[in-house]
Amino acid sequence: MSDLLQVRHLSIEYASPRGIVKAVDDVTFSIGKGEIFGLAGESGCGKSTTAFGISRLLRHPAQISGGSVVLDGQELTTLSNDEFDKLRWSKISIVLQSAMNNLNPVLKISNQLIDAILAHDPSMGKEARQRAEQLMKLVDLPVDRLDSYPHELSGGMRQRVVIAMALALRPSLVIMDEPTTALDVVVQNGIIRKIVELQKEFGFSILFITHDLPLMLEMCGRIGIMYAGKLVEVASREQILQKPRHPYTQGLLNSFPSLSGPKQRLSGIPGHTPDLIRPPAGCRFCPRCSQAIQECQTLPPPLVEDAGGQIACHLYSEEGIAREQASAACERS
Amino acid sequence: MSKPLLHVNDLEKVFSSRTMFRKKQVRAVRDVSFTLEAGKVLAIVGESGSGKSTIARMLTNLIPATSGDIAYNGQSLRDNRQLRKKLPTFVQMIFQDPFAALNPHHTIGYIIGRPLQVHRMVQGNTRSRVLALLRKVGLTPEEDFIDKYPYQLSGGQKQRVIIAKVLGLEPKVIIADEPTSMLDVSIGIDIMNLLLDLKEKENLALLMITHNLGSARYMADHIAVMYAGQVMEYGPAEELIQNPQHPYTKLLLYSSPDPWREQADHFDLSDAQGQAVSESCCSFQPRCPFATDICKTKPAAAVQTDSGHQVRCHLYA
Repeated sequence: MSDLLQVRHLSIEYASPRGIVKAVDDVTFSIGKGEIFGLAGESGCGKSTTAFGISRLLRHPAQISGGSVVLDGQELTTLSNDEFDKLRWSKISIVLQSAMNNLNPVLKISNQLIDAILAHDPSMGKEARQRAEQLMKLVDLPVDRLDSYPHELSGGMRQRVVIAMALALRPSLVIMDEPTTALDVVVQNGIIRKIVELQKEFGFSILFITHDLPLMLEMCGRIGIMYAGKLVEVASREQILQKPRHPYTQGLLNSFPSLSGPKQRLSGIPGHTPDLIRPPAGCRFCPRCSQAIQECQTLPPPLVEDAGGQIACHLYSEEGIAREQASAACERS
Repeated sequence: MSKPLLHVNDLEKVFSSRTMFRKKQVRAVRDVSFTLEAGKVLAIVGESGSGKSTIARMLTNLIPATSGDIAYNGQSLRDNRQLRKKLPTFVQMIFQDPFAALNPHHTIGYIIGRPLQVHRMVQGNTRSRVLALLRKVGLTPEEDFIDKYPYQLSGGQKQRVIIAKVLGLEPKVIIADEPTSMLDVSIGIDIMNLLLDLKEKENLALLMITHNLGSARYMADHIAVMYAGQVMEYGPAEELIQNPQHPYTKLLLYSSPDPWREQADHFDLSDAQGQAVSESCCSFQPRCPFATDICKTKPAAAVQTDSGHQVRCHLYA
């Protein structure tokens, strides 16, 4: 699978009165053509900031301080704003969390959809209305809803409109930042199934961002886990389900009460996320990690690629594995 | 069976609003009955607008019930000024948003200590009692926390302060309205564990309101599933999750993400949205894939099924 999006060593900083907050620190991942890639983590871990960095929605005092973003062979970080605007909607589009804030309350749905279409393809003219009707059908909304105002639609319907809008110009990458978090589970389920169905039909790639790991594990092929601005693990869905490797991934998975299997006491993760102005010297998860070894306190673990994906943890470095084998041998003898 | 601490019978709440030309009424809660014993957890599950928070507000007397009865320890809340006055020492509520529930002007020590003074729960030194409460909810070293202000605490710590404040009045019943939905999951599970431990230690009755079936299963002994103001299904938690009977419970379970389960039976999701407007039919009927003619003409009554659930559905009548 060839890569559609390559994010290399991306760093994003916020200037605050107390100092510089490294909200995203040296994040590297790629998304293949037609792949659904998930980015999970808790609030403040930098997952949304990463998405905003890719789609150039960062506002002062946030700025990209290093790294590159390549979409379909084109470097995005060096484009001028005008050049980037041409790519918006047509190559890269974004669906944000609260649908109610995304739509203009004083314009009919039809006007907003047609606006987006005509802005990029003025030659469409009257056909734009037909295209808008097609889009409504695509997301299972009745066509006559085009002439409604946003307040006349339910939250789920508005989110469907926003998804239709994001797909209006057939982009190759759709970023979805918590698209269903504000919705009830039944509505969420309907929308997620629609997204997966449309993705299969049109073959675009999705960067799916949520804190809801179970939801992500149901729909994404590959998943990246972020903690305190760092990408700590990237692995396939199956790998995360069966054998999560990073202690944070393990802790996160162990925080979701399941609906199936034996009912057991869950442990969560003790402690709280570090201050990103003065992050811990070594691994950022070290103060909360139950498996920490000596290196973890002083040396930030690099993100290394291996057979299971990417991982940033000293337990899985060559020395770490060797030590584990040695201690296992010790126990046996 | 021990005597129930809380007995709710046929509770109903109608919200009316009047404009110049018409009167609009919303029956937010109707026909709700349940009991709650000491040391037990009941979870009320439902989507937004199903009436679960309205029940919590009626139980704590924040809003009056339109009809029906709420009884604590056998004493009815209706026309009982004595009981209403001392109700805060009997039932306490934990709200959803810990960020909004603490006054930013006061220290943690004041926030936890003030109710103790108002309700005359302490003689003499409030501070030592506050320290003990902080210890109880795991905010240690407690001397560090007592003089802090809310902005210096994380969300999980704030929720612990609220729990400490609630425990100070030594209530018998605690109502937790989505206590973890504003928190990160790894913090939220700690709060749930804390509530479970406190329930054991203090023999509390806990009413948990949530939209998350997983949390309900984790916490509760019994689950009540609400839809459009009515309890659609009620039963022992594990039984209800593993063997749901009402089509709405099935739909909720089917829709809740759970990658660990074996592939669930495909549930034929009806596209119809919204609730029935008329009260002469089952309120779930417009969305129900199993709806028959009787569902459209007659409201369903709650029936006891063989598996020990109460189900409000014509399929089981």
